[in-house]
Amino acid sequence: MILTALVFIFPVFLLLNIAFKAPGDQSSTLALPKHPTFQNFVDAWHQGALGGGLINSVIVTILTIVFLVVFASSAAYPLSRLRSRWSTVSYFAFLAGLLLPMQLALLPLYQTMRDVHLLGSLSGVILANVGQSMPFTIFLYAGFMRALPHDFEEAAALDGASAFRAFWSVVFPLMRPITGTVVILNAVFTWNDFLQPLLYLSGSGNKTITVAVYGFVGQYGAQWNLIFAGIIISIVPILTAYFVLQRYIVQGFAGGLKG
Amino acid sequence: MATSTDPAPTGAPAPGPRRRYRSYAQSVWWFVLPAAALYAFAVIVPAVQGSLFAFTDWDGVSSVKHWVGLRQFRSIFDDTNSLTAIKNTLLIAVTVTVVQNAIGLLIALGVNSQIKSRNFLRVLFFAPVVITSIAVGFLWQNLLAPEGALNQVLKNIGLGGMRQNWLGDPKVAIWAIIAVVIWQFVGYSMVIFLAGLQGIPDEVIEAAAIDGAGPVRRFWYIVRPMLAPAFTINLMLSLIGGFKLFDQVFVMTQGGPGGATDTISTLIYKDAFQLGRFSNGAALAVVLTLFVAAASAFQYRMISKNEG
Repeated sequence: MILTALVFIFPVFLLLNIAFKAPGDQSSTLALPKHPTFQNFVDAWHQGALGGGLINSVIVTILTIVFLVVFASSAAYPLSRLRSRWSTVSYFAFLAGLLLPMQLALLPLYQTMRDVHLLGSLSGVILANVGQSMPFTIFLYAGFMRALPHDFEEAAALDGASAFRAFWSVVFPLMRPITGTVVILNAVFTWNDFLQPLLYLSGSGNKTITVAVYGFVGQYGAQWNLIFAGIIISIVPILTAYFVLQRYIVQGFAGGLKG
Repeated sequence: MATSTDPAPTGAPAPGPRRRYRSYAQSVWWFVLPAAALYAFAVIVPAVQGSLFAFTDWDGVSSVKHWVGLRQFRSIFDDTNSLTAIKNTLLIAVTVTVVQNAIGLLIALGVNSQIKSRNFLRVLFFAPVVITSIAVGFLWQNLLAPEGALNQVLKNIGLGGMRQNWLGDPKVAIWAIIAVVIWQFVGYSMVIFLAGLQGIPDEVIEAAAIDGAGPVRRFWYIVRPMLAPAFTINLMLSLIGGFKLFDQVFVMTQGGPGGATDTISTLIYKDAFQLGRFSNGAALAVVLTLFVAAASAFQYRMISKNEG
């Protein structure tokens, strides 16, 4: 266990070590920096235009998650509650999306985006993300909902609430744990997504942080101090979100295992 | 519980279960519609289009497009690059699935015990999953360079003979990529096994211990069967993830040296967006889909057999 932990800590040590070394420091990558400096972070921030990338990634991630939470939770509700043939068929139609590789849809979706003038805009990336993360999110919500007692919503229905009202005022608040899981897992997927923003945003001024870091590395070839500082900047926001929400991850999977 | 909130009788008769069911059933499509529309736009419609392009000779740009039947599929199996990519994809998917889950399970058993640092370790092992694949790729590209940290460490601990050009040697590079992918996602397997382990009541394990079952027997006869759902989800996710691998290869080797580390996904990207062989990429995507479908069907059968 200690050996495994070392294998995990070593690259992290290296990442920090190199990022804090002064550009002229010629010592081995394993040696600690003689004069630790924040200069690499400042330079990477300016030269890589990482600020714009971070803002775009935040916008894309937050909007993707909001749409996913609203639409996937409301879709999962009838799909997990109703016992009709159509709801079963629809549920499996959504789950089929878990199996379809994104590569099959990638090329035609790129052209559709071009035809409807969404290339180069964040909305295109958001639409693609929401649609593609729908199967996994509905799967998580439906699994959780099956284990949720009907009592509360039945009481709401008896009180005269519409299905819509019963869902948003009663069922949705009860699903907080799985919503936490949905938020953190989709935040990780969306923040880390690379290929789609690379394709849909290339040539435009818009970049997500992954695309910005990728372009930055291409431009500054072997300046590893700068590159590693840029990489640290790109992972700090998502790592922070993860530390805040991490307890939902195990809980969420536990729910999925039951469902 | 909620039965205490039964309403007092009002003027109109309270709607019975049947009436309630009908009102839910009538509104059901409004609940599903936005999700279905977005899913159709981003997944179903383009996937169907992509499958159709695979049977044409379209380059992706020109206005000329001919139906060529299975020609693209035949050319895939005549092309060494495509065959290498298919072989690599299968190797990656199978190796990653087996090794990642074996290590993930061992770590999960470790951090589920009462050791002091278990919370720290859980966070540590899952952290690489959270980090951008691009960042992981660049980090390991540096680590695995000829003068990089791994070779330096090997030299310092007296294993200098094991030094390699990890990403530059065609025979070694594919295994280096596999190792990096396992490093990155082993935490994902761990978390799912951990969720499964936490669903096993302590009393069951304790009872077995009192009956004299050692750790190995306790694991095999009690823990392992109860982890079946975790195994299912884990094998599914890592196999599908392995089949689709793109980011790490794209960053670390661009499929090189000489196409030795190309996967189906990196080749689809090259065909479609660099080489003007759009329909060839589409045909490769169909092949990839068939692999994923076959693997899923196989797993589904294994599950039904085990549970039935």
